[in-house]
Amino acid sequence: MGFLNFFLGEKKSTASVAKERLQLILAHERNGRSSSPDYLPQLQKELVAVISKYVSINPDDIKVHMERQGDLEVLEVKIELPEGK
Amino acid sequence: MTTKIVVVTSGKGGVGKTTTSASFATGLAMRGFKTCVIDFDVGLRNLDLIMGVERRVVYDLINVVNDEIKLTQALIKDKQIDKLYILAASQTRDKDALKQEGVERVLGELKEMEFDFIICDSPAGIETGALMAMHYADEALVVTNPEVSSVRDSDRILGMLSSKTKRAIEGGEPVKEHLLITRYNPNRVEGGQMLSLDDIHEILRTPLIGVIPESDSVLQASNQGLPAIHMQGSDVAEAYKDVVARFLGEDKPMRFTEAVKPGWFKRVFGAK
Repeated sequence: MGFLNFFLGEKKSTASVAKERLQLILAHERNGRSSSPDYLPQLQKELVAVISKYVSINPDDIKVHMERQGDLEVLEVKIELPEGK
Repeated sequence: MTTKIVVVTSGKGGVGKTTTSASFATGLAMRGFKTCVIDFDVGLRNLDLIMGVERRVVYDLINVVNDEIKLTQALIKDKQIDKLYILAASQTRDKDALKQEGVERVLGELKEMEFDFIICDSPAGIETGALMAMHYADEALVVTNPEVSSVRDSDRILGMLSSKTKRAIEGGEPVKEHLLITRYNPNRVEGGQMLSLDDIHEILRTPLIGVIPESDSVLQASNQGLPAIHMQGSDVAEAYKDVVARFLGEDKPMRFTEAVKPGWFKRVFGAK
C-alpha cells in the first residue's frame, strides 16, 4: 500500500487532516470563551462608579474590552470624558 | 500529608473515565495511600460494577449528601486492597439531588478521616454532576481518546477547570491538570490513521501523565469486576502503574507508544 501510494502521489493522512481541523475549530472556540470574561460588566459598572465621583459621565462613555493576542490577554478600557465640563 | 482531591473528567462519554478512576484509585492504594473513589454519575452509576462491589452497595453518595446516614455506613471497603474505599452513586435519583454544600461536607468528613487521596469519577457532559465532581478538585486527570470529538470536548473541560472550579473562582492556585490519553493504538498512529500523542499534546497544551494502549484486557477486566490495573502482565496494568508513579512524582519514560511490527511467524500465518 505504502509502495503504491508513493508512485500515485501521497494522499494526506487522515490523522493530519484531523489535527488541522481541530486546531482551527479550537482556536475559534477558545476565542469565543475568553474574549469576554464574566467579570467585564461588573468591572465596567465599578469603573463608572469610581470615575463618577470626580467627573460626571454616562455609563456608555466607558468601553471595556478583552482581546487575546497570541498568548497575551489585553484588557482595553476606553473612557470618553464629556467636553467642557 | 493533607488530603488531595483529584477529579477524573473528559466531557465526552465512553473514553475511559470510570476505568481510569478505578485503576488510578486502586494503584494509589496499592502504593499504601488511603484512598477513596467517589462515583459522581448520579442516576447512571457504574463504578461499583467496574470495581466489582455492586452487590455490596447499600447506601450511596446522595444518602450521605442528604444527611440520611453516616458517611461510614456508605463507604465500601475494597476486599483486595487495604486502604481502598468506594462511595457509590445513587441509581434512582436525578442529578439535581447533588447539592454543593452537601458535597463539600462529605469531602470535609473524608479529610477528617485522614484520607490521602479522594478520586472523583465525573459523569460525562458539562452539567451539574460534572461541575460538582470538579468543583473542589486540587488536580485533574483529563481522559482523552485520540479522536476529534474527544479532543474537542477535553479542550472544553480544560476551559471549565480553569474558570468554574473553587480554585478558579477564589483566585487561588489553579487546578493542576494532567492529560491522560487512553485507547491509544501506536500501529494506527504510524499508519497515519490516528492522532499521535504529540499531536494531542500540541493541541491541548496540557502536561501528559500517561498513555494507556488500546487493549482487550480492559474488557476482560470489566467483565470480571476487576480494575484493569489488576490484570497481571498486561500492557494496560503496567501503563496505569506508570501513571500512578508519575502522579507521585517519579520519573518514568512513556511505554507502549511505539508501533510493533508483527514477527515473520505472525505475518505468514496471520495474527491470532
